Amino acid sequence: MSTTTELVLLTFGCCGILLALTLFGEFLRQRHPADQPNPVLETYMTRIQSWWAMVLLLSLALLSGPTGVVVLFGFASFAALREFLTLTTKSQADHWSLALAFFVILPLQYVFVGMGWVGMFTVFIPVYGFLMLPMVSALRRDSTRFLIRVAETQWALMMTVFCLSHVPALVTLDLPGFEGREVLLIAFLALVVQFGDLLDFFFGRRIGKTRIAPEITPKTVEGMICGIGSAMLIGAMLHWLTPFGILGAMAMAGAASLTGMLGNIVFAAIKKDRGVKDWSHLIPGQGGFVDQLDSVIFAAPIFFHLARFIWGP
Amino acid sequence: MTRISALPRQIAAQIAGHAIRLFARFITAARADWRGVEPVARQRVYFANHTSNGDLPMVWSVLPPAIRRMTRPVAAADYWLKNPLRAFAGRDVFRAVLVDRRRDVEKEDPMALILAALDEGSSLIIFPEGNRNMTEDPLLPFKSGLYNMGRARPDVDLVPTWIANLNTIMPKGEIIPLPLICTVTFGAPIHVGPDEPREEFLQRAAKALADLRPEARV
Repeated sequence: MSTTTELVLLTFGCCGILLALTLFGEFLRQRHPADQPNPVLETYMTRIQSWWAMVLLLSLALLSGPTGVVVLFGFASFAALREFLTLTTKSQADHWSLALAFFVILPLQYVFVGMGWVGMFTVFIPVYGFLMLPMVSALRRDSTRFLIRVAETQWALMMTVFCLSHVPALVTLDLPGFEGREVLLIAFLALVVQFGDLLDFFFGRRIGKTRIAPEITPKTVEGMICGIGSAMLIGAMLHWLTPFGILGAMAMAGAASLTGMLGNIVFAAIKKDRGVKDWSHLIPGQGGFVDQLDSVIFAAPIFFHLARFIWGP
Repeated sequence: MTRISALPRQIAAQIAGHAIRLFARFITAARADWRGVEPVARQRVYFANHTSNGDLPMVWSVLPPAIRRMTRPVAAADYWLKNPLRAFAGRDVFRAVLVDRRRDVEKEDPMALILAALDEGSSLIIFPEGNRNMTEDPLLPFKSGLYNMGRARPDVDLVPTWIANLNTIMPKGEIIPLPLICTVTFGAPIHVGPDEPREEFLQRAAKALADLRPEARV
């Protein structure tokens, strides 16, 4: 099977699932008396609509090849960085370093990913950005809460640009016997992480009892175990998208899903601290881009490096 | 303005208006949060905090089209008539009620212009602090204009309107705007009480506005 055929099949598969979910929602809407609003159903339908948009966008990007994926995630990074930096500590002295983050560092990181320059995109933000942005801020001569300001800016860049750019960076992986098919790994990662999260939510609601960090998140141990288990099963079913083999695909799916869920808890802690429920309002029914991407942000770099170390040359 | 140039000028104003709203959407993901009042076409005076020259375009951009068409900002003539480009934006795009802040050169009574706009049925956007707030305090003391409007036209809703973040997006003296998220929060309308003294009302209005700050809500 060619890569394109596999991607088309996956897209049809996802659209099939979404179609079933949409019809299910419409069926409930028909049965529901029209004069009583049903907020749960409306939220469900808005979420499904957002999912349609996400599936179609990602499918189109994957089908158009590496450039499409780089551009899509470049814009996603921009939206995520905007949400993140809206909530961080900053002063006017950071104006230039923040402008550099948005308009120089972010585009360059994605250019390096697009070029496949692994030696550069893995150190650009952790080394060059890390060292240079505080210099720019310091030259503006305002020391008030300086360490907090530069640390939070760096954190924002690491999360929303560096980590997220590891999703399109999967295309640059050099895995022997898998040449030309790397783009499928993106589909694999996105599917196992997102389905793991959905099933964690579902099982957490159904059978969840033991809250894992009640002060921060409603996540439960039972939900997470079921979610990760489901992600591993889905990983095994989708092993034909990867060079990992069945067991390898299960292990990678489990690792990605686990880091994704723990990452979701990290971001829940940040939201709690800043007193917000969602990062923004930009994706109807789901909150912001960061709310949607938090698991993938944590899972992508781990997935990238595990694949490189174990299956690389 | 002659008859011949009126139509192209109107079209140019429409296009410029779209461009401004598109820019506000893309850069700041500007959003209206109708917290205390519904976005309906009632006559209102939106009174907002003022930290940046972007305040006026921002409030104007987040209003739904039907409400935006009936809403005119009240703005300083000395700023908006400084050059032809600003004059075009102020007069044709925002259709601002331009008032002169300089007492000594006052040609027309600002309050008369404002009340005339209200009597035409327009809603207004005003910045009761008068100047941009460069201090650490959330608000400068309000000028009396809001009170006078509320007294003269008691039926009009006075809606507190908090613009968050804009002073970080575009601080005074910077050239490049930062693409951070800007939210405009509309609070519950207030009115001048029958015997309410000026100072008391202005303080109540300032508190209603300051309470909409995201920091104050946590």
